[in-house]
Amino acid sequence: MTPLSQLLPGQFGKLVSLNPDQAVDQRLMALGLLPGMALKLVRRAPLGDPVAIEFGGQVVSLRLAEAESLIVDVAADCPVQRPKNTP
Amino acid sequence: MSSKQITVALVGNPNTGKSTLFNALTGLRQKVGNYPGVTVARKSGRCDCGDGLKVELVDLPGLYSLAAASPDEQVVTDVLLGSLEGSQQPDAIVVVLDVTNLLRNLFLASQLAELNLPLALVLNQADIAHEQGLKIDTQLLSQRLGGVPVVLTSAWKGEGIASVRRAIAEVLNKKTKMTQLTWPSQVESALGAIVQAIQTDTGQAPSSADAQRILFSSNAHTSDRLGWSQPQRESIVRQARDQVRAAGYNPMAAEPLIHYAHLRKVLEGVIAGGTGKQGNAAALDRVLLHRVIGPILFIGIMLGLFASVFWLAKFPMQWIQSGVDFLKAMIAPALVNTPMLQSLVTDGIIAGVGAFLVFLPQILILFLFIGILEDSGYMARAAFIMDRLFSWCGLNGKSFVPLLSGFACAIPGLLSTRTIEDPKARLATAFAVPFMSCSARFPVYALMCAAFIGPLYGPGWESVVMVGMHCVGLLFAVPTAFVLTRFVLKVKPQPFVLELPRYQMPKPSDVLWRMWQNAAEFVSKAGTVIFAMTIVIWALCYFPRDAQMSDRIKAAEPTLSEHEIQSRTQAAMIEQSWMGRFGKAVQPVFDPCGFDWKITVGVLASFPAREVIVSTLGVTYSIGKGAEADSQHLRSAMQEAKWMDGPRKSTPIFSLAAVLALMVFFALCSQCGPTIATLAQETGGWKWAAISFFYMTILAWVMAVVVYQVVIRLI
Repeated sequence: MTPLSQLLPGQFGKLVSLNPDQAVDQRLMALGLLPGMALKLVRRAPLGDPVAIEFGGQVVSLRLAEAESLIVDVAADCPVQRPKNTP
Repeated sequence: MSSKQITVALVGNPNTGKSTLFNALTGLRQKVGNYPGVTVARKSGRCDCGDGLKVELVDLPGLYSLAAASPDEQVVTDVLLGSLEGSQQPDAIVVVLDVTNLLRNLFLASQLAELNLPLALVLNQADIAHEQGLKIDTQLLSQRLGGVPVVLTSAWKGEGIASVRRAIAEVLNKKTKMTQLTWPSQVESALGAIVQAIQTDTGQAPSSADAQRILFSSNAHTSDRLGWSQPQRESIVRQARDQVRAAGYNPMAAEPLIHYAHLRKVLEGVIAGGTGKQGNAAALDRVLLHRVIGPILFIGIMLGLFASVFWLAKFPMQWIQSGVDFLKAMIAPALVNTPMLQSLVTDGIIAGVGAFLVFLPQILILFLFIGILEDSGYMARAAFIMDRLFSWCGLNGKSFVPLLSGFACAIPGLLSTRTIEDPKARLATAFAVPFMSCSARFPVYALMCAAFIGPLYGPGWESVVMVGMHCVGLLFAVPTAFVLTRFVLKVKPQPFVLELPRYQMPKPSDVLWRMWQNAAEFVSKAGTVIFAMTIVIWALCYFPRDAQMSDRIKAAEPTLSEHEIQSRTQAAMIEQSWMGRFGKAVQPVFDPCGFDWKITVGVLASFPAREVIVSTLGVTYSIGKGAEADSQHLRSAMQEAKWMDGPRKSTPIFSLAAVLALMVFFALCSQCGPTIATLAQETGGWKWAAISFFYMTILAWVMAVVVYQVVIRLI
């Protein structure tokens, strides 16, 4: 159970929980980032923030300060769901 | 628009190629406008669907969800529900989806199905799916979704456009609707309770889609629109949400959870193959977003953009200027017997047309760049790189291009703020852009530095002052944006969640078309205002006219040469014009900044365009009309100018304090009619334009007073 902000670039995780009352989390849910979803922190911006995360075959940039509520389960080799669109 | 006009709405996620498809379907028969009361662009065009069927196709802003959280989303929801003033509910919806990310794209389609309108699905970017080895069973998908037409296209390559036309005809004919999902029973009854309560309160049963918006969205947009205002509203919604919670869902997460679970089942067996390759994005991002190389490339690209807007645009701008001058010279002799008409035509009308035409090269070049940057996918990366620098003061990474362009000219900078999705950040950026030291301020700094700073303190200080003046605006813009976003604007900020889409070759026709549309909109909206302003200022400087002025000057000093008489006449004319009288009347206001009446007139006359100060000073100092910033005569006339009376009698008017105060005033003041007109165009009304005008002007005055009073005491 780690906040997303502590993921290292290249590290995979599985989303454990988010805060559905927050606008950022609502936006991410609409994009398909739901609990149980595998994600990868692809990289940080050159100035450290925002970060790019990959899930469900897409890469999305978000600010760490706005994504505080995202809690992930860090997995050693948890592949990100590839864009197969299949469950 | 006749009431029988059939309208079809084009809806989809961003980056699905929706606009390319829209252009392909409508050709050049498009109209661009704004939705009433909001700064969301309304694009529509005629689409020929065969057999004489012509429909009005409306291209709605790209969005991920109908949650109605952003103005774009609210507009789309309102248009589709037919509840937006001045637009009828569409007869059918065409959803454009990125076939390589079908699950996410279907979420919006699934929400749209709840609107219960005839609907067709266009699975776009089939060429990329093909490259990735994806195979889509469109028949199975159509079957699972209730028989709605499902077509595969590649709008970029122009493939499948005819089948989209056929699909539109089919959906209008058969009125096929997409299968709606089955809500869990507790959610169903929660929705029912809301429908019931609204029917009791307003006498009209809302649609199920409305009830979903009220249940699932955190704002009151839908309730307000339906006129549901009973005091128990909140407790009814709370109870309904408790029911959802009882079913095991967080009410704010229920909608995506239920839709996505439903869609995963829908897609079972629909997609086959797929190498799982991410395509080009990952590899290119490794370079373009690299810690060191990324920012270097970014700076290189932005320097290229700036150089083009600043330097490349100068050539066509000069052509326009020479064209205007040529036209003036052509027409002036024909009207020599009617001096008033001559002046109106040359200094009013022709100059007025030139006043907005001159911005077109910069606008066209900037939008060429922006089109390429956006369509290629780089703009999102640029925002990603720059966001940290802007987020702390309430702006975001997308504010960079508008602010940078502002250093060339505020007009293209303001127009480019429309690339910022978040309305709060967009407004704050638009407010900050006019502070950037644009190229029209340059001649003012150049004149002052060359005439006073250089001769007195040497070229070293001259360049220090030049650079410093370019930073003054930035120094005030940043705190202004901070205060504006933190304390003034009450709008909720949008989260900065930005998709980094795959890289793509921009389609030249799309880029050129957008460039043209932006320019045309500027001419028709801001252009007319700029033209009108030029005429008004011309009249203020021309009237009242004393026909015997030059005779009297000649009589008083018969030894003067013809040229000198002309210059003196012009100076005397402007002194007794409305503008001159006004300048003398308000001179006491500018006295604390150290400005005499001539500078005051120059300052006032340059409110429509700041570079006018140079030629106005030329006229008031009797040098003649065509004075340039490097005119030796003007420099020496200004160096010799002394106060005629008052406590500062016979001291130089242009003391160091007054020179610095004047430059600071020009750095901060809102002296640009076109900027005000464009600000009004881009913010959807005169309110923010007026606020910006008064804020900048008062700030400029205060800072000029501070600079003058401090420097005069120090030196």
